[in-house]
Amino acid sequence: MSILLDRDSRVLVQGITGRMARFHTQEMLQYGTNVVGGVVPGKGGETVDGVPVFNTVKQAVEATGADTSLVFVPPPFAADSIMETADSGIRYCVCITDGIPAQDMIRVKRYMYRYPRERRMVLTGPNCAGTISPGKALLGIMPGHIYLPGHVGIIGRSGTLGYEAAAQLKAHGIGVSTSVGIGGDPINGSSFKDILERFEQDEDTHLIAMIGEIGGPQEAEAAEYIRDHVSKPVVAYVAGLTAPKGRTMGHAGAIISAFGESASEKVEILSAVGVTVAANPAVIGDTIANVMKEAA
Amino acid sequence: MDIHEYQAKEILSRFNVEVPKGALAYSPEQAAYRTHELGGDKWIVKAQVHAGGRGKAGGVKLCQSQDEVYDACNDMFGRKLVTHQTGPQGKGIYRVYVESAVQIDHEIYLGFVLDRSSQRVMIVASTEGGMEIEEISADRPESIVRSTVEPAVGLQEFQAREIAFNLGIEPGLVQHMVRTLQGCYRAFLEFDATMVEINPLVVTGDNRVVALDAKMSFDDNALFRHPQISELRDKSQEDPRESRAADRGLSYVGLDGNIGCIVNGAGLAMATMDTIKLAGGAPANFLDIGGGASPERVAKAFRLVLSDDNVQAVLVNIFAGINRCDWVAEGVVLALKSLQLDIPVVVRLAGTNVEEGQKILAKSGLPIIRATSLMEAAERAVGAWQNDLVQATKMRAAL
Repeated sequence: MSILLDRDSRVLVQGITGRMARFHTQEMLQYGTNVVGGVVPGKGGETVDGVPVFNTVKQAVEATGADTSLVFVPPPFAADSIMETADSGIRYCVCITDGIPAQDMIRVKRYMYRYPRERRMVLTGPNCAGTISPGKALLGIMPGHIYLPGHVGIIGRSGTLGYEAAAQLKAHGIGVSTSVGIGGDPINGSSFKDILERFEQDEDTHLIAMIGEIGGPQEAEAAEYIRDHVSKPVVAYVAGLTAPKGRTMGHAGAIISAFGESASEKVEILSAVGVTVAANPAVIGDTIANVMKEAA
Repeated sequence: MDIHEYQAKEILSRFNVEVPKGALAYSPEQAAYRTHELGGDKWIVKAQVHAGGRGKAGGVKLCQSQDEVYDACNDMFGRKLVTHQTGPQGKGIYRVYVESAVQIDHEIYLGFVLDRSSQRVMIVASTEGGMEIEEISADRPESIVRSTVEPAVGLQEFQAREIAFNLGIEPGLVQHMVRTLQGCYRAFLEFDATMVEINPLVVTGDNRVVALDAKMSFDDNALFRHPQISELRDKSQEDPRESRAADRGLSYVGLDGNIGCIVNGAGLAMATMDTIKLAGGAPANFLDIGGGASPERVAKAFRLVLSDDNVQAVLVNIFAGINRCDWVAEGVVLALKSLQLDIPVVVRLAGTNVEEGQKILAKSGLPIIRATSLMEAAERAVGAWQNDLVQATKMRAAL
């Protein structure tokens, strides 16, 4: 098993006619992802590399039986697209778009709550590299070849730092059950805690790796959840030990503005609940390998 | 994006927030003349810089005559104001705001922020106005009143009333306070603010609720729909390196070290800085060149990093996902050939087509130091920088 995404996921690409979306749709198809359709208002009836395009998400769902969606829509229109997706019966949505206004995301989250939990879409991102269940399906922009199939579940805020961790794992011959990017924005669809909950329940995941960074309360909230609810070993790395306070470090959400939001405080909070924290980004793979050996 | 106090007050006053009468000045002469227009016999002269803590740093002065206003301004203009928020380099004073003094009965703290826990707008208020919110949280946490706004319906009158009564506002002024709170919230929403802070909001001797100070920050991601806010950008308040980067669409933060960093991805960029520190060096900057690192972008990044005179070595760390290492390597070679560098450059490539990338670097004939892992890259960059330092010291000694 894997979480959120597997071989059977039927995927839509929203904004599929854009240059980036088109390129990554091809990459996903090559990886074996079951891309069944695209959505671009006004371009219904066209095809992109053999993939049929629809005017609305509802039409696409009806025609293709899609249950998963990837949003590549530009920032001014992305929030609207996510809400359309939430309203269409899609179960899982990843939003890649970087640069969505925070207040738009507040509205998106509020809108999603009009559905009861069992019918509510799961959103990860925005501003993330996507989700991959290695050997099964890829939903995003990451290079598929750096991930081996296996039993480590990865949750990360950063794209390329997630690649770094996956590549280090591959060098150790360690594989990944699912890697989920939760994105670098201050208001995001799913938090570390939301994804931890899923990995804890996934039989195929034996160890969970969290890749965090400065800013926001979600690493600390995750620590509390791990203490009370997670039985699997958790390894973490937190980027930004050298980041100054009060400055935005690239990601809109990477800013130390309150107590507990710096990298060193997060490391302390996570260590206190028994999470093994990698001392530096170069030893994420080594640390996971060691913890796996100890657990075995 | 930040704006000045007088600009924030101008915006808030459009939303029914009462502010003192005031006028902007670009010179001491203008400031003195402005007192005529304002009338009265007491004025506050306030340095307009993008930083808090101005009062303690000498950026706010109470004046009782035109001469005093002139002298206070003469003292401020052209000077760098150093507050606990500006860093040691300070921020230049090029504008001064002159305000009619207000008779204060008591001071309130009022802030609107994007609360990341509840993922909503949160109002934070306290009876301890005038102190900074960090101090209030540490010393008088029981004085803080919090309330989150339900995004679908906005700030309700009862919530504003609750805040007012919890702050001990006398019944006759509660409606005025409600108007102020709702005005701030509407301004926050209308312009995609990330922060509105009024500290202090005062109750005056003649029973009014007036914003004595005002700070607003805006969501950079939402500026596309607020050209009138973009126009308020003041480059004199930015680090010139960061202004240049922003104008070129690069995400850059200047730091105090001397190893320049060029990295793709924000998380990896922070991780690279951390690794440099671990290897015994100090990063000169944060720089994320983004996912699609084209040769032109790499060249642009080099020019930007090198515009910082403190940079004595450069570390390039690219994890090619979408793009390919050979492409990035070509960009590095192109940039180095056009720039004629005399400081060490360490390049670490990983990901797609890494072998081809390494070959291009090796064949270029340029003195590029190559590394395969993140740790190795940081150690080599720090090592090369120290080596250069030793040689420079030796040369100076020989002279």
